[in-house]
Amino acid sequence: MSTDIDILKDVSTEEYKYGFTTDIEMDIAPKGLNEDIVRFISQKKNEPEWLLESRLKALRHFLKLEMPRWQNFELPPIDFQAISYYAAPKKKAKYNSLDEVDPELLATFEKLGIPLSEQKMLSGVAVDAVFDSVSVATTFKTKLKELGVIFCSFSEAVQEHPELVKKYLGTVVPYTDNIFAALNAAVVSDGSFVYIPKGVRCPMELSTYFRINAQNTGQFERTLIIADEGSYVSYLEGCTAPMRDENQLHAAVVELIALDNAEIKYSTVQNWYPGDKEGKGGIYNFVTKRGICKGVNAKISWTQVETGSAITWKYPSVILRGDNSSGEFYSVALTKNKQIADTGTKMYHIGKNTRSRIISKGISAGHGQNSYRGLVQIGSGAENARNFTQCDSLLIGDECGAHTFPYIESKNNTAMVEHEATTSKIGEDQIFYLNQRGIDTEKAVALIVNGYAKEVLNQLPMEFAVEAQKLLAISLEGSVG
Amino acid sequence: MLSIKNLKASVEEKEILKGLNLEVKPGEIHAIMGPNGSGKSTLASVLTGKENYEVTAGEVLFEGKDLLELSPEDRAREGIFLAFQYPVEIPGVSNINFLKTALNEIRAYRKQPPIEAKEFLRLLKEKQKLLEFDTTLANRSLNEGFSGGEKKRNEIFQLAMLEPKLAILDETDSGLDIDALRIVSRGVNKLRSSKNAFIIITHYQRLLDYIVPDYVHVLYNGQIVKSGTKELALELEEKGYDWLKEDAQETTLKPSFQ
Ligand SMILES: Nc1ncnc2c1ncn2[C@@H]1O[C@H](COP(=O)(O)OP(=O)(O)OP(=O)(O)O)[C@@H](O)[C@H]1O
Ligand SMILES: [Mg+2]
Repeated sequence: MSTDIDILKDVSTEEYKYGFTTDIEMDIAPKGLNEDIVRFISQKKNEPEWLLESRLKALRHFLKLEMPRWQNFELPPIDFQAISYYAAPKKKAKYNSLDEVDPELLATFEKLGIPLSEQKMLSGVAVDAVFDSVSVATTFKTKLKELGVIFCSFSEAVQEHPELVKKYLGTVVPYTDNIFAALNAAVVSDGSFVYIPKGVRCPMELSTYFRINAQNTGQFERTLIIADEGSYVSYLEGCTAPMRDENQLHAAVVELIALDNAEIKYSTVQNWYPGDKEGKGGIYNFVTKRGICKGVNAKISWTQVETGSAITWKYPSVILRGDNSSGEFYSVALTKNKQIADTGTKMYHIGKNTRSRIISKGISAGHGQNSYRGLVQIGSGAENARNFTQCDSLLIGDECGAHTFPYIESKNNTAMVEHEATTSKIGEDQIFYLNQRGIDTEKAVALIVNGYAKEVLNQLPMEFAVEAQKLLAISLEGSVG
Repeated sequence: MLSIKNLKASVEEKEILKGLNLEVKPGEIHAIMGPNGSGKSTLASVLTGKENYEVTAGEVLFEGKDLLELSPEDRAREGIFLAFQYPVEIPGVSNINFLKTALNEIRAYRKQPPIEAKEFLRLLKEKQKLLEFDTTLANRSLNEGFSGGEKKRNEIFQLAMLEPKLAILDETDSGLDIDALRIVSRGVNKLRSSKNAFIIITHYQRLLDYIVPDYVHVLYNGQIVKSGTKELALELEEKGYDWLKEDAQETTLKPSFQ
């Protein structure tokens, strides 16, 4: 009989289920990164001059930067000139209704479980689907419009609501923030835009579905969400990509702005192609996500379930500027085979009585490496700031790794910062206990992992919590027993 | 129902069971007693298929099937249940969700459809009542933060829910308070039928006042060295195990009770 280590050594080699490609005529920019390409993208999108200028400024800055070196993994060299920065389905740059969308594209999203025709939609969820560089369809637009809620693609927002975009774009994540933020600001392809007017509680989940299809392209979307005073919105993004032997770069930027008494809940279920067993291929998921609680009593909550990507490298953060504002970060990151995750959060306490809560659950299987990296910063004016951090690691097998890098910087002695961390292994005894009740090892591992991640999964909207549970189970399926 | 013949088993090269024989028929209750370290829990582990226990000789038939060929989960699905001496905690997994999963796995094995939500709830209520098992415990995470006694009661609650053919209780009585012992025993007596059987491992004769065994066996140094009726338990309570130790030297040479 094998030991639990043998059983679980390469648990998790189940084939990636979203790895198919779609054959569709594409408009693809030539590979390479220079001012002409940036002009080309901007022109394709019929952008105003100010946006082109800001792209060019970002590009010039980007070209001066070097790759960071502080991460806890070996970053393979990325040839930015070998990537195409624009790929779009040929038919149309903008769709007025679903009837105009290539049926092949709609079929792709069906296949991914994201039906875009409204009658088939999950009730209460409006979806924006982004295929390579452009938004394909946004559902429930009219219904939202009645409430004054704007939910559209980023490109459309640039055309239809330039004043809002201009006012907020780059205010939370400036192009100078980091190399990938600079890159994104230069070549941003599309993304989602949300504006919730004063006092409106958005009645449905807003959701964006990102799909990379074309080869040798990157995806550089930008998401901008503004919750005006006293408003509420819950937003969810999901992502998949075909299986390819080359690595593909995904460098998105997400900016959230919550004004007085507003609340934004942002959930991610990330399932980009992770690469094969040997670590060949897969997405580099290098994303900058940050929110600002600009007003009093504002609240921003990040929830992420990260199961995909060859490398996940991101720190969804909250700037707690308004007094009494609060920030939350709930994360499950699962790495298997040769996957790497270096993720966590930063909470910047600036206002008085600001609170933050960090719950991070890392799961490593196979040769997966999982690092939690977090910063809790308490400014000198942040009277009575409170932080609670719980950072757990679960190991499946003997060849994976878990690491934690918690940083605390406090300039105010009224602050209270609590940090708890645990590392555990799935025990042979736990699996045997479940076996003894008739549950096989694969299901037992799924049960244990879902139990471990429960506190985070509970934060997700209902429909997605179930999906995420299945995703965790599927991700761990493999050559058990 | 269960037939164990000349069973020898080792852990890490060390022989623990040294030729054990036992015959259990439907409707019977067998008590197994014996000093610490004699191999009682090992027997339970071998019967339920825990890894690292290597069977070196002998055979075990369960309802005519070669039990040792089956995976641990299939043994459970065939109807063998072990109430663990040390139940583990599984954080975040709700007791009820776990029980439903277990029940449905067992049903699927028997080609039965998953249990309906309503029926499951009814069953849950019925068994909770039978064992006076606290609803809040049933709703909590599996054994997480349970007291020692609560864990033991949860084992018996699971037993009641899963209705196995053969239940092995490994020192379920240790850690139970006097009232709980009475409640658990009453529950076991109600679950008893002519179709199922129990193997009860215990150190204390008191449990056997409540659950009256048909046979009492003494396991010593990996073998059953003496078998009798419930009077044997009383005798052990009085005299301890020393008087059996000399016998044991002899019995190793000839097959013991079947
Ligand atoms: N995994 C193991 N590794 C090494 N030795 C073991 C292992 N499991 C059991 N043993 C040894 O086998 C012997 C029998 O243990 P077992 O747990 O079966 O005893 P027991 O009769 O149940 O005792 P108790 O009454 O104390 O519960 C002991 O000497 C024990 O140390
Ligand atoms: Mg024991």
